[in-house]
Amino acid sequence: MNVAICDYGAGNMRSVRVAFARLDARETDDVLAADLAVLPGVGAARTAMAGLRERGHDTLLRERHERGAPILGICLGLQLALEESEEDGGVECLGLVPGRAARILEGCVPRIGWANVDDRGAFYFAHSYAAVTPAATGWSEGIVAEVRYGSFVGCQFHPEKSGPLGAAYLEEVVDRCLSRV
Amino acid sequence: MPLPRLIPCLDVAGGRVVKGIKFQGLRDVGDPVELGAAYSDGGADELVFLDVKATLDGRGTLVHLVRRIAERIAIPFTVGGGVRSLDDAQELLAAGADKVTVNSAALERPELVTELSARLGAQAVVVAIDADGGAVRSRAGTTATRLDAVTWAREAEQRGAGEILLTSIDADGTRNGYDLELTAAVADAVDVPVIASGGAGTAQHVKDALDVAQAALLASILHEDPERLASLRTELRELGVPLR
Repeated sequence: MNVAICDYGAGNMRSVRVAFARLDARETDDVLAADLAVLPGVGAARTAMAGLRERGHDTLLRERHERGAPILGICLGLQLALEESEEDGGVECLGLVPGRAARILEGCVPRIGWANVDDRGAFYFAHSYAAVTPAATGWSEGIVAEVRYGSFVGCQFHPEKSGPLGAAYLEEVVDRCLSRV
Repeated sequence: MPLPRLIPCLDVAGGRVVKGIKFQGLRDVGDPVELGAAYSDGGADELVFLDVKATLDGRGTLVHLVRRIAERIAIPFTVGGGVRSLDDAQELLAAGADKVTVNSAALERPELVTELSARLGAQAVVVAIDADGGAVRSRAGTTATRLDAVTWAREAEQRGAGEILLTSIDADGTRNGYDLELTAAVADAVDVPVIASGGAGTAQHVKDALDVAQAALLASILHEDPERLASLRTELRELGVPLR
């Protein structure tokens, strides 16, 4: 099993790396050929999209999605897969998944902390924007927590920061990739 | 609203976890990597690491220690102490921190909060406020400022802080309960999450803090007996606090 983690130069990719290393996944730079491509989530939408374009990851991820190869988007990584984001005055995103990211209007924002996802237990969230999409497959307090669309899976929470439950979530994603082969 | 959080705090000086009372008389209470791992495995919702002497000694934060802890834990990790620039913050994030706290440097130059938030996102920027009564103090409590905690918390929020970590110096290490009045005043003044800090001695203290703030920092109450975290969680659930 190998995994390509799309670094777009925005900070802490380390916890995602550590989490996949714990699952014995080898890291590769080959976004197109990897068993799984991961779009991590840190930073702001505009800088992240610019970082992806600069590295050519935007084209590779679209091609990968068309081929039906698995992609996991985490937090901002989920939002980047949508068509657009309201963040930073409006940002055009990858368009792998229909929908957009909109500012959270209720409660403390940023929404930071552990919250239940349907009946699956509590995961760690840290976000100010959330997906508005017909592809939602998981919810947390009325907010889209998970999205599935074709070969794309996105989670708004951070599985790499969500203790044993988060590790199990990532393991499931990895197992699904392995069972495709 | 997300669930209330319990956040063990490792105050580190000279590579060891220390704890004092009202910021004075620091005692060695253990190894930061061992304690961090014990708390992560023991059900902590998050971990905070503060290099408490960094500003005073003029050293950068202990990056290698941060890296070792980050490798060992699977919960959110906040690091602070001596963060004076975007470069300092990015070095910590690259070492495995999810958020950085700024304190003295932000008081000297509030634009730092704006810069960090614009670049790293608000969720990665925690403004730590040490207050004596309502008055803000800087440099690990050694220096008075003209600011009151509510005013500074509001400004920090406007500049893009994603959370406020509010420590009552009066209550720190006393185990006599959090400064609820101050915590409530700050929590009412801002929309971002507030982490109450200083004074936890019993489960009831922690519950009282979580009634007014979104998270409670724990230090003295845990360090001598890290297994206290699990029993504390049980007691809090029995008191009706909806922990994860």
